[in-house]
Amino acid sequence: MSVHSLAALAYLVAAVLFILGMKRLSSPESARSGNLIAAVGMLLAVGATVPLMRGIVTDPLPHGQIRNYALIVVGIVVGAFIGVKSARSVKMTAMPQTVAIFNGVGGGAAALVATMDFLNLARGGAAVTTIFALTMPFSALIGSVSFAGSMIAFGKLQGFVEKPVTYPLQQAVNGLILAAIAALWIYLVGFTRSPLPFALLFALSLVLGVLMVLPIGGADMPVVIALLNAFTGLAVAADGYNTNNIAMIIGGTLVGSSGTLLTVLMCRAMNRPITNVLFSAFGKAAGALRSGSADGSGKAVNPITADEASILLAYAQLVIIIPGYGLAVARAQHEVRELSDVLEERGVEVRYAIHPVAGRMPGHMNVLLAEANVPYDKLYDMDAINSDFRRADVTLVVGANDVVNPAANTDPGSPIYGMPILKAADSKQVIVLKRGMSPGFAGIENELFFDDKTRMLFGDARDSVARLVGELRKMR
Amino acid sequence: MGGVIGVGLALLYIFIMAIFVGFEVISKVPVILHTPLMSGTNAIHGIILLGGMLVLASATSPLGIVFGLLAVIFGSINVFGGFVVTDRMLQMFKRRKP
Repeated sequence: MSVHSLAALAYLVAAVLFILGMKRLSSPESARSGNLIAAVGMLLAVGATVPLMRGIVTDPLPHGQIRNYALIVVGIVVGAFIGVKSARSVKMTAMPQTVAIFNGVGGGAAALVATMDFLNLARGGAAVTTIFALTMPFSALIGSVSFAGSMIAFGKLQGFVEKPVTYPLQQAVNGLILAAIAALWIYLVGFTRSPLPFALLFALSLVLGVLMVLPIGGADMPVVIALLNAFTGLAVAADGYNTNNIAMIIGGTLVGSSGTLLTVLMCRAMNRPITNVLFSAFGKAAGALRSGSADGSGKAVNPITADEASILLAYAQLVIIIPGYGLAVARAQHEVRELSDVLEERGVEVRYAIHPVAGRMPGHMNVLLAEANVPYDKLYDMDAINSDFRRADVTLVVGANDVVNPAANTDPGSPIYGMPILKAADSKQVIVLKRGMSPGFAGIENELFFDDKTRMLFGDARDSVARLVGELRKMR
Repeated sequence: MGGVIGVGLALLYIFIMAIFVGFEVISKVPVILHTPLMSGTNAIHGIILLGGMLVLASATSPLGIVFGLLAVIFGSINVFGGFVVTDRMLQMFKRRKP
């Protein structure tokens, strides 16, 4: 059997392991083994690729292969070191931007590989076929957009780029760049195979990636990362086609299609079409709204002290906790879990209401609460729990804002209008844990905070919850 | 397969089938696992490392070596970082001991 057939067989096994791994990632019981299975598939795919490298069964390079092989080993070791070190040291709150970075470098690699494939073909004097003139710029374009876009998404989640960046004629500029890329692409397919237009296309794609993500508000970053993840997958699949590598085609395509589905699911959860997320310059509308309507600012909020709040909690029958990004920032998950333990000892039923886009990524809250050993049968999806708020004596909002903003239902001018929310306002009493009166990530006021049955407990979420636990302990 | 259909067409078949598998395999994922799943699939597209290895192995020009080495490093970060960070997330899904 030839080396190529052996490699193809190994790739087949790797592909099956990827699919099994993704399947097992779909259930909490088997998820961890699923990730491990996919990793084994990756190891197998990398191993099977070694004999396919130039110089193993084919002619070596004129100057010898040693240097290039050594560089491959160095590259893998350096990448593994950076990857493992950052994956281990990152805080749980910074998970979304970590995924963005890992996605971005994958996209960058895809663009680099496509560029080298093109240059090698062009320089080798071999004819770049029409099909390659189509697929190679595709990888370079999508991979570069994913790379640059992911870096901006990282900057936004990390807080380097605070507000959505908007400027006049933004859409026109993006359109112009896209048109230039399209023109270069057509030029490459139909008229020339020279490297210069390819390099230009590569550079313009990087610019496009930056400009595409800059105007998008931080609250929409999860959708952007999911989309860019799918982009990278597609770029890798196209690279696989260019190099005739089945493992890359299957691996890339699996990510491309599942990532697209995930993006759609996330947009559906926010009840907004993807075009709205990508092109509406979320923050601009929000800023206009804030300066235009002063209804929130005139009213006063009702503060509450920790001992008052703890009494309300202690004599409740059902308490629903709504965690949000504030919980992640304050790293209050362990204190929250302690609070629910204390309440349960008193016979209070505690449930957690998880909004699909709470935090910065879907499932962000689940991960944090799981870290604090909150059993996941206490976590309820929005649809499962929204009818229970009427029964709840107290709803405790821990650092959540936009996901409980009634404006999403009532104010057609609001940028989050149409997004389903957790109906905290239905419960008998709402206690909001908040650092101060700053608006949420979407930059809009929240009517709920001014509601008659809402009391505000100001302070760092972790301190506030710890104080509540202290007060409750004293009551025994 | 060469005699029946061309390699390009066979690759197209693989591509289309993989699209459906990708959709199907995650369609029943609960919201609780969305982040780990995104992170796990993110690691899988680190398979671009293969492309980086192949490109760097045959690179002759300085530009080719720089691009190839960058591609290998990037791909390697994607693979190792992706799987490790996903594992870290999933470690937290242990059931609470009674």
